[in-house]
Amino acid sequence: MFLAAIIGVAVTMLLILIRALLGPSAYDRILALNLFGTKTVLFVSVLGFLNGRPEFLDLGLVYALINFTGTIAVLKFMQYGDLGWDEASKDKPDV
Amino acid sequence: MRYLLGLIVGLAALWLLLSGHYSPLFYAFGTGSCLLTAWICWRMRIVDNETVPLHLLAHAPVYIAWLGWEIAKSNGDVARRILSPGRSISPTMTTRRVGPATDLGRTIYANSVTLTPGTVTVGLRDGLAEVHALTDANARDIEEGDMDRRVQAFERRGGVRDDHSHDGG
Amino acid sequence: MTALIDMASWVLLAGGAVFSVIGGIGILRMPDFYTRMHAASITDTAGMALMLAGLMLQAGLTLVTAKLVFIMVFLIITSPTATHALARAALHDGVRPQLDHDRRRHTEIEP
Repeated sequence: MFLAAIIGVAVTMLLILIRALLGPSAYDRILALNLFGTKTVLFVSVLGFLNGRPEFLDLGLVYALINFTGTIAVLKFMQYGDLGWDEASKDKPDV
Repeated sequence: MRYLLGLIVGLAALWLLLSGHYSPLFYAFGTGSCLLTAWICWRMRIVDNETVPLHLLAHAPVYIAWLGWEIAKSNGDVARRILSPGRSISPTMTTRRVGPATDLGRTIYANSVTLTPGTVTVGLRDGLAEVHALTDANARDIEEGDMDRRVQAFERRGGVRDDHSHDGG
Repeated sequence: MTALIDMASWVLLAGGAVFSVIGGIGILRMPDFYTRMHAASITDTAGMALMLAGLMLQAGLTLVTAKLVFIMVFLIITSPTATHALARAALHDGVRPQLDHDRRRHTEIEP
């Protein structure tokens, strides 16, 4: 049954990948990328149970963190063309 | 002070939960990293009722249960629309003046709207939320503002006035 | 009792898989970017929650369940944040939504 769940997730990942390839806009691709990440978290978690090694959940957790940070970073980069400060506010502190 | 304490307790619980090793060495590592994190947060001056919403904790289960039920209902609805042949959607954009007065309350509202399939908050500024809805009916639900009232009640029961909130509502 | 919990967990796992595939179909079928986001939120809420709940029933009252709860809470908090950031960025970048009705009171919220 874990296998059925994992196949379901894999099929979803395939569909998401098709959307990522089709686009058409960059935002469709980022949406697909973000979703692919959350599906990977599920995939890794179920895979851990399938193999009888629930320690895989730690990997899933880290993947969720990286996926969120990555999506926000890409969006920020697209919007501002920069991940840090712009020239005007360079001398102002961040917090 | 109680927010800092709450943060440390929360971090310690998280460490104990995720580490899974219970030996003096790991307790020492855990204590060290919790205190370091709490010190960095305190130094950044972000330890307050917004980042550590202790006052909402007791009332959260009621709201979460209601939100879960709403999400389940709209999941069924959107899933049906995806599978039904032909065009069964009527994309609508609408704005709503949000009820919750604090930034935290508004964020909870906007996130709840986005979490519910069928509606996405596209913008939130000066107490005005811009929402994209999959169908006309979904947009009408937002305009009627049931979720808005729920968040307001949740926020009121928490009882702490937010000192960050900007006027705009 | 064990058999009953096992059965419930299989049902939840299967339900999660079905909902995530439906979301995947929606992402391919929906006509424009904004409507695709709604399909995406199906896989992110129902698919994710049902599947993790199924795993929780398998694990029982252990640290594994606590980790699953933590993954679920984290995904529930981050996924709307990411969706909102994406939608806002797309709107600011001038991606026009295809709308049947437009009841916005102000034309556009300035960046």
